[in-house]
Amino acid sequence: MLREIREILSADMCTGEEHLDMRIQFGSASDLMSDVLAFSRSGALLLTGLMNVQTIQTAFIADISAVVFVRGKRPTDEICALAKEKRIPLLSTPYSMYEACGRLYSKGLLSTMKPVCEGTVQEEE
Amino acid sequence: MSASFSRSFTIEGRDFLNAGRASTQIKTILKELSVDPAIIRRVAIASYEAEMNVVMYATRAKLKFTMSASAINLEIDDEGPGIPDITLAMQEGYSTATSQMRELGFGAGMGLPNMKKNSDEFVIESAVSKGTRLTMTIYIN
Ligand SMILES: Nc1ncnc2c1ncn2[C@@H]1O[C@H](COP(=O)(O)OP(=O)(O)OP(=O)(O)O)[C@@H](O)[C@H]1O
Ligand SMILES: [Mg+2]
Repeated sequence: MLREIREILSADMCTGEEHLDMRIQFGSASDLMSDVLAFSRSGALLLTGLMNVQTIQTAFIADISAVVFVRGKRPTDEICALAKEKRIPLLSTPYSMYEACGRLYSKGLLSTMKPVCEGTVQEEE
Repeated sequence: MSASFSRSFTIEGRDFLNAGRASTQIKTILKELSVDPAIIRRVAIASYEAEMNVVMYATRAKLKFTMSASAINLEIDDEGPGIPDITLAMQEGYSTATSQMRELGFGAGMGLPNMKKNSDEFVIESAVSKGTRLTMTIYIN
């Protein structure tokens, strides 16, 4: 649940407190929106260091359930307003991308992708 | 449902502020029509990738969205530089994006292959110095 993710990451909630009971099973991390569009899956959590309006637009298009900004980055009011309108909760964690992913993975949040073999990428079933 | 439903949008090149608006509206329409969420996601991703390419590389475009009982069709017709080598542009990883576009999180060279992956029918035509036309169809059933 998003509530647990918030605790594990000692994250602040920037918008979307009403979604704290949302169930999230998969996580993905990227600063590349191209990759989010190509490799994420519906309902996944997105961890990113990329802070702009396109992050929210992309999250909405790709059915990302919630976005976590790493390294203590705080979204601007404009970004929060857009996320609120699109009903995407935004969190801000003090941890680095590496540590945030490690914490969530070790607590059982699954990846959206299988390992890549010889240049091919397969989505998890 | 009635025979078909259609909407047209205009996309302006370089307009990063409004980039994604047309695709967002299409997604909202499809949600209201209670279309299968997996189909909505594919349509939205294909449309957004095409929209971002217009914003990044072209001058302007018309996006036509049509929905019938059996399929959703997206037609993106742009005025712009065109694509000299379509085979090359279709390869994963090929990109001519500038550093500004990369800072926004784009320019991995994944867009065109991703549009093809998400559509059931994908046609790309381009004329250098004139423009590019993409036609994508996603079956509903
Ligand atoms: N509408 C267009 N007009 C002119 N050139 C285009 C157009 N669409 C794509 N291209 C060219 O084809 C290349 C590949 O496009 P593609 O969408 O696959 O990747 P990208 O836009 O560079 O990166 P990404 O989509 O991953 O953000 C672009 O870098 C650009 O050179
Ligand atoms: Mg692209």
